[in-house]
Amino acid sequence: MSVPILKQSQYLIATIQSALTDEDLLTLQAKLVQSVGKFRSRGVIVDVTALDVLDSFASRTLRDIAHIIRLRGAETVIVGIQPEVAFAMVQLGITLEKVSTALDLEEGLAYLDKRLPHAAASP
Amino acid sequence: MQQPLPDAEAQYCVPVASVNDIVTARLQGRGLAQQLGFSPGEATLVATAISELARNIVQYAGKGDIELRSANNGNRRGIVVVARDRGPGIADVRLAVQSGYSTSGGLGMGLPGVRRIVDDFQIVSDRQLGTTITVTKWRG
Repeated sequence: MSVPILKQSQYLIATIQSALTDEDLLTLQAKLVQSVGKFRSRGVIVDVTALDVLDSFASRTLRDIAHIIRLRGAETVIVGIQPEVAFAMVQLGITLEKVSTALDLEEGLAYLDKRLPHAAASP
Repeated sequence: MQQPLPDAEAQYCVPVASVNDIVTARLQGRGLAQQLGFSPGEATLVATAISELARNIVQYAGKGDIELRSANNGNRRGIVVVARDRGPGIADVRLAVQSGYSTSGGLGMGLPGVRRIVDDFQIVSDRQLGTTITVTKWRG
């Protein structure tokens, strides 16, 4: 299951639409890192609203995505972690340290606009 | 895919041989949890535990299976998950369930994390016979 990546102004929005295998997650990681350079994006949003489980591998991959993209000069926000999923992650011991998160896509965009005033999607 | 075993109530066996099977196993587990009346939060914990156990099989043994069955203890209902492989076994079981320990470069959250989110956790590992991890989660 491939994850569509939408380009909006200087942002990239990846919306995960169903359960992903480990390989799908790594493909998403490679695609995002590449796209940031290709489109000279400043911000990336990964929407995980549809994910019903974020286990240690998925969490590590999301964290890696955020860290790699930061090294490429852009900001990443993970949006839409569901309440049950957040609960399970904490119980499992996962904190996604140093990764920005927001409630939903709207909040994620608002966060990036604030962090990156020169890249705001809607000036 | 899943194969219901004969003469058993709500019992499934999901063969695990690739990362795709991790998703199948946890969907099956969530389905059973919902059938048994687990809350969405509890069902998510069950699915997450299965995900970690199934990944352990793929990563360290290559293949194995996940058995899911319902359990009763008086009025309490629960799920038993048995993750079984014939892989190389775990050299030091005590170390493997310690938080932060990983031989694969992972977060070391897998087994210790599973132990935290279930009510009962048992692990038997043998160099010849492989590893069997049995966990139980009771409905709240």
